Amino acid sequence: MIRFVSVIAAVALGATAVAAYDDVVKARQDAMKAIAGAAKEPGAALKGEAPFDLAKVHQSLAVFQEQGEQLKSMWPDGSDKADTAALPAVWQKKDDFLARFDKMVADAKAAAENIKDEASFKAEWPKVMSNCGGCHKEYRKPR
Amino acid sequence: MDRKRRSTLGILLRLLVVLAFLGAGAFWVLTIPSVLPASALAQRTPDLVNGVTMFHAGGCASCHATPGQEDKSRLGGGLAIKTQFGTFYAPNISPDPQHGIGAWSEIEFVNAMLRGVGRHGEHLYPSFPYTSYQRMTVNDVRDLFAFIKTLPPESTPSKPHDLPFPFNFRRALGLWKLIYLDGKAFVPDPNRDPQLNRGAYLVEGPGHCAECHSPRDILGGIKPERRFAGGPDPEGNGWVPNITPHEDGLASWSENDIAYLLESGFTPEYDSVGGSMADVVANTSKLNAEDRAAMAAYLKSLPPRPGKRPASQN
Repeated sequence: MIRFVSVIAAVALGATAVAAYDDVVKARQDAMKAIAGAAKEPGAALKGEAPFDLAKVHQSLAVFQEQGEQLKSMWPDGSDKADTAALPAVWQKKDDFLARFDKMVADAKAAAENIKDEASFKAEWPKVMSNCGGCHKEYRKPR
Repeated sequence: MDRKRRSTLGILLRLLVVLAFLGAGAFWVLTIPSVLPASALAQRTPDLVNGVTMFHAGGCASCHATPGQEDKSRLGGGLAIKTQFGTFYAPNISPDPQHGIGAWSEIEFVNAMLRGVGRHGEHLYPSFPYTSYQRMTVNDVRDLFAFIKTLPPESTPSKPHDLPFPFNFRRALGLWKLIYLDGKAFVPDPNRDPQLNRGAYLVEGPGHCAECHSPRDILGGIKPERRFAGGPDPEGNGWVPNITPHEDGLASWSENDIAYLLESGFTPEYDSVGGSMADVVANTSKLNAEDRAAMAAYLKSLPPRPGKRPASQN
């Protein structure tokens, strides 16, 4: 009976544990979506599908820095077991993974200092965006 | 009576032995690897520029580049590909004569690509996607071989695959090939726009897109009616998306959106593709813009097929 109760308790605890990570998974997905959303208009400008807007570009770079900083604290141990597209490598190589956010934030900061017109935007913007694919390749499922 | 029974038993036993021999003989004949003769290759000067294109379109480096370093021209192999059948290790295909393919003849390379047959006449496992590469033209394969021969030799020995019985029994792949390999080269449709023909060739042949973007049956063959409609990742990492123009797939994407993904890795929503698709983009970004546009045009021309990512498959 004791064993039975403890099994039930363990299962219940496990379920709560996984459910408890739903919030943090949602938070990091929202942060990633905020970054993607901020990338959209400058991306269209880069492709020549939308007019270049310097103020918008700087707004987006501010979003990258802010969300990039916040994302660093959103990968608690155990949240790999939740419904997530993050690969186990996130937790196996945590130092490298977190350093990627520092680099992304630093690149966005440098771009914010250097982008003054359309020409500097075209030169600097792709450097910031290359952070996305580089990290997703190692740390996210293929989709 | 007893004697009669014994002789009936004897006849039955003999019959069984004969049937076993016939069965083994039939198996042997059915599983003989089929190859092209060296005489199929006329004298020709390879086109190395086309060889580079085929190298990137074929995604050779995605599996064969030495893992853990950035130089995609080092084809030392060793990448582990974990599947439901066991673990495959991509072999060394650098021009090293001992550990790579430096000592291979051109026809041996052609037969590996188009027939799935190795240098010693053995069947190769379809983890090497010759089910798609068989559509390639002989000249494209020859150009690819010539290009690979210009890359640096790597002295890493190839690792044997780690497969449990019965999948470690290579000869049986001959039966698998009877079902899933038709040996037909790509034939351009004269009534179709040349751009669509080019796109069809790149997607179905060297690009081998269907190999990951389609669900597979229990024997590991692609389900034809679900081709390109997405399915579970063959390596167990979630779900590979539907790339037909169905609402479950790319219906809302323009041809430019698809071509831009192949160039930059970004979806129209500025999500950035991950995992093995990031490796694919590393290759397709090196193709010329016309080839990416052709692939996009072909994907948009596919029959729309349903195939949705399950809710719990992130």
